[in-house]
Amino acid sequence: MSDNKRIFIKGNEAIARGALAAGLTCYFGYPITPQNDIPEFLSAELPAVGGEFVQAESEVASANMLLGAAAGGARAMTTSSSPGISLMQEAISYMAGSDLPAVIVNISRGGPGLGDIGSSQGDYFQSTRGGGHGDYRTMVLAPGTCQEGYDMMIQAFDMAFKYRNPVLVLGDAIVGQMKEPVTPWVPESISNYGVEDWCLSGAVGREKRLLKSLFLEEGALAGQNIHLQEKYTAMQAEARADVYACDDAELVVVAYGSIGRIVKSSVRKLRSEGHKVGLVRPLTLYPFPATVLEDLAKAGKRFLTIEHNCGQMVEDVRLSIRKYADSDFHGHMPGELPGSDDFVQPILARLGR
Amino acid sequence: MSAEQIAFKAPEIMIDRATHYCPGCHHGIAHRLVGEVLTEMGLVDDTLCVGSIGCSVFIYNYLNVDAVEAPHGRAPAVATGLKRSRKDKFVFTYQGDGDLASIGMAEIVHAANRGERISVVFVNNTVYGMTGGQMAPTTLIGQKTTTCPAGRCLDREGAPIRMSEIIGGLGGTAYCERASLDSVKNIRRAKKAIRKAFEVQQQGIGFGFVELLSGCPTNWRMDAVAANKRITEEMIPYFPLGVYKDVTAEGGCACTEHGTDSKEDK
Amino acid sequence: MARVEFRDERCKGCLLCTTVCPKEIICQSARFNKQGYKVAEVKEDDMDKCTGCASCALICPDLAITVYREKKEGK
Repeated sequence: MSDNKRIFIKGNEAIARGALAAGLTCYFGYPITPQNDIPEFLSAELPAVGGEFVQAESEVASANMLLGAAAGGARAMTTSSSPGISLMQEAISYMAGSDLPAVIVNISRGGPGLGDIGSSQGDYFQSTRGGGHGDYRTMVLAPGTCQEGYDMMIQAFDMAFKYRNPVLVLGDAIVGQMKEPVTPWVPESISNYGVEDWCLSGAVGREKRLLKSLFLEEGALAGQNIHLQEKYTAMQAEARADVYACDDAELVVVAYGSIGRIVKSSVRKLRSEGHKVGLVRPLTLYPFPATVLEDLAKAGKRFLTIEHNCGQMVEDVRLSIRKYADSDFHGHMPGELPGSDDFVQPILARLGR
Repeated sequence: MSAEQIAFKAPEIMIDRATHYCPGCHHGIAHRLVGEVLTEMGLVDDTLCVGSIGCSVFIYNYLNVDAVEAPHGRAPAVATGLKRSRKDKFVFTYQGDGDLASIGMAEIVHAANRGERISVVFVNNTVYGMTGGQMAPTTLIGQKTTTCPAGRCLDREGAPIRMSEIIGGLGGTAYCERASLDSVKNIRRAKKAIRKAFEVQQQGIGFGFVELLSGCPTNWRMDAVAANKRITEEMIPYFPLGVYKDVTAEGGCACTEHGTDSKEDK
Repeated sequence: MARVEFRDERCKGCLLCTTVCPKEIICQSARFNKQGYKVAEVKEDDMDKCTGCASCALICPDLAITVYREKKEGK
């Protein structure tokens, strides 16, 4: 699978294969649509390479198994979809509070509640604001294509260990369920960033180690929070965005993930008709590529944020450009699968103003 | 005069500091027994402890081994992940009855049922100690707590849950015993039970579980001596002591007897 | 000859040890430790009755008791 030949696979499989390429050793999950292809694939492929696959009794359990494997220093992950990710928030908060590296994939679906099993970007707030209790953040990567799904898994594991922090890969039913050609690759080297210096491995010839998020002593929790905030500040250097046709654009559309990719088709079409429109597609949602947007705002661009929800990322866009501009918003409701034609009129309407 | 020898002293694995536990609390005894067994089995350097939420969250302050803190009730899930990532290490959880038998019921049952090669020390004192003595799933009928001030009522709150009976009935369990810390004889027996529950993990034959009936004088609103008497007279009759499952006595393996491959084969 | 040694600062005065001593020589002292607990003790006159059975140490939740026993000849 690492012979670099293009293969035609679903996004979910690309994500599973990307994780294997990233050195995945432990997987924990619970069935939920539309991400089931991932555990199904890994239930055969991971044990075949000596890894551990556990179908947990719930998402609560799978996320806590992830915590345990992370404490043991393993390259571990879980995958789920929106309602399941809600159940995992407890463990994600504990992992963030205990400086544990882990990868969590959310092939998100419509909400709130049981919602539907179709595409949606309704989990943006949950993903980028921490999601559980306390002052913490997870890094959030947003693939828009199957290839990005593969690539971002390798990046996600690298980031998780680099920062000792949970990393979320936020896809959706479109990314997970569509099939595209993917070129698999394996990183030349994998760094664990000194995991053996902090993980639990038995106190042989060294002091015992303790991984915890409870800090009761006077000032200890403040110290931990300052440490976490410093980590999140350092993470800002990892912000990435795909900037397309923005140089001479009058209107910059901001959209991420599958929607960013569909909007790109709309922008291409409008460009071919002579409209001066560009696209910024954030690849990291946390850290948010605020500087990219701010620079465009400084240059006098106008903005339109398009999301497959009722307006979430638009708040980050507005925060990024607040000194120079504002952003309009167009929301495509969860529950309705969008096509590139759906976004042409909304973009034209803003361009024409 | 001939030389003197030490007949009893604290095992070295115990960190030499006063515990935060109330007078007469049995966590101290349970910690020591765990420490003694780990020492006698030569496991001190290979042990990974999963703490839980409750008074015993600070077990890591008293046992000199690597440890991780699990969210409330999730210690068996955390231990599952930890053991899967470190198969050559000894992994145990230490949980109270609120943690294990209420919020963590799913995690304990499924870890046992999968036959995870982990060991669980379950301290049952029929009350939520750390939060101030609220009703636990194990609270006895008629027992007064801060959330059942008139006494637990069978009709409204159901009967106290007997965990060893449940865990002993699960396929992946290799050893399950309920012991008590109310008397010297029972403490000696409890230590043997802990050892068995630890050995089945080391032998790779399945899940090990030991329940320890324990006192919580503070939240029972009585002194330590009366609390021990309560264990003898009220708890043991409802929570009978004994071995609820022992596949080593049956000559089998927790998993193979149910037709699945032993994980040791992987 | 056997004897027990109480670490006053570890004793929380729960008195569980007093209930298990076969010679009934452990009692509550008049002393308070720094934590304010009235600690257990064996009166000096009673110490020679100690058999070194270690029951007190086994039931002590606080590792407050060390037990010494005479080394037997020939071992």
